[in-house]
Amino acid sequence: MLQVSSVTKQFGGLKAVDELSFNVKKGTIHSIIGPNGAGKTTLVNMITGVYKVDSGTVFLDGGDITNLATNKLVHRGICRTFQHLEICGNLTVIENVMLGFDKYMDKNILRSCFRAKSILEDEKRYLKRGMHLLDLIGLADFANKEAKNLSYGILKKLEIIRALATTPELMLLDEPVAGLNPKETEEVSELIQTVVADEVTVLLVEHDMKMIMKISDHITVMNFGKKLAEGTPKDVVNNEEVIKAYLGSGALSGR
Amino acid sequence: MLKKYNINAQIIFLTVVLMIIPFFFENDFYYEIAILSMLNALIVIGLNLLMGYAGQVSLGHGAFAGLGAYISVVLSTTYGLNPLLSIFISVTIMALLSFLISKPILKLKGHYLAMATLGIGIIISIVLEVEEEFTGGSDGMSVDSFVVFGYEFSDSTAWYVLCAVLLVFTIWAFENLINSPFGRLLRSIHDSEKAANSVGIDVSYYKSIVFVISVVIATIAGSLYAFFSGFISPQEASFSHSIELVVMVVLGGLGRVYGALFGAVILTVLPQLLTSFEDYETLVFGCIIIAVMIFMPKGIASLFDNILKKKEQNSASS
Repeated sequence: MLQVSSVTKQFGGLKAVDELSFNVKKGTIHSIIGPNGAGKTTLVNMITGVYKVDSGTVFLDGGDITNLATNKLVHRGICRTFQHLEICGNLTVIENVMLGFDKYMDKNILRSCFRAKSILEDEKRYLKRGMHLLDLIGLADFANKEAKNLSYGILKKLEIIRALATTPELMLLDEPVAGLNPKETEEVSELIQTVVADEVTVLLVEHDMKMIMKISDHITVMNFGKKLAEGTPKDVVNNEEVIKAYLGSGALSGR
Repeated sequence: MLKKYNINAQIIFLTVVLMIIPFFFENDFYYEIAILSMLNALIVIGLNLLMGYAGQVSLGHGAFAGLGAYISVVLSTTYGLNPLLSIFISVTIMALLSFLISKPILKLKGHYLAMATLGIGIIISIVLEVEEEFTGGSDGMSVDSFVVFGYEFSDSTAWYVLCAVLLVFTIWAFENLINSPFGRLLRSIHDSEKAANSVGIDVSYYKSIVFVISVVIATIAGSLYAFFSGFISPQEASFSHSIELVVMVVLGGLGRVYGALFGAVILTVLPQLLTSFEDYETLVFGCIIIAVMIFMPKGIASLFDNILKKKEQNSASS
């Protein structure tokens, strides 16, 4: 469904992403892994229009979405989360989720000022759907708490739920379990699997190998901005290049 | 989010207070202060939407209010247009102008945005002072009376009623706006533009819209003040007026509609109450503001938040 073909991004003399191509198949969990500085986040930022692509194209279901802004992509069915939390701290948990429904809501200023029926109905309908989503991950009890008062683990999950509220076809998760403890990691990977069961495709950037190997259908390995290897989790673990990149070349010869 | 408490109850309370207050007025001067407070409150409520809710600073709103007022005045007094029509035209011009200005400058953040709005404000006040042909220069110009559908607003009571109605309506509409999806969207921009962007919100468009709304309200209130006082000078568009408005927003409480009301009323009335200090008036005034900001960093409106919170806790524990 997502075709990335030979995209390149250069920062000064450094090629952060170099002629990278890969395809994401519908309904799968496609993971991007690689050592620190491999260009994973840069790649996500390129796909979501945060950075301008120097060359190359990104296609979604045959439509060109290269350099389309993040907010426009949401209307095309792509939503992302961030490596570093981007939660609205002064909004309550349920308000953060309802923010995800924003594109469906009536935001006409005059109607808002006069408390028109459509506004009230929207609020009611999406409050219900938002609560349903929170129920799904067991956060319903926190619904009316201000987000800034909650723990990092809860907010990481909240961010995924907020992205889910935009009803995307493709979700880009940038390190969704970074900094979480094993139990929380387990919960998040279950959440991701539920999401995929709902026919949402997931592009996952992560460092947690255990989780990646467990839930990924397909893995692309990056190193220094280039594609190092590609395939199922099994293919990738046994790939010599990958082992070299992660453990250093000595690891192989020493064996 | 739909708030638990009833907005209508607040509006009724406010209306009753506004109806009772005039019984304590001893002369026209009291009316004058009350009207000035309410018109300032209008501008500050609009500015608060921009600063408190959407989180965008403007140090140029005094200038926008002044320019809007000048356009209305020149159209009605110099060219003899109907005052209401002049205000309408002025609002249209200012809305277009502020939309155009907002596109480049709202890309800036924090201090840089403050500097840009400050610069625009200063340019406006210089233009108003230099274009003597239209504006009468630094001496200002007199303004024809405010006649609407054959009715001339001549006595203070009529003005008081007009401003009170406008104020109550604006507060009602803004409370509704803040508690709608639109309001939530604004608050999300304040907290994290990245987050707002990631759920499909066109951040720069909504920032512009809020900027335009605040300028439109400033234009209306500024124009009405010119018609009310029968005189306008570039002082209205000065930097110090812009700062005064920002102080009102912050003192009252950022991100609270009623905070804007408190801030405007207190900062308009306080200097009058302090006149008995004569030479030390400004000193006392400054000390009061400093004290408020130290003890109530979230503004005067936070005082009421604390009372409400205590009430909630009491009712929860009993």
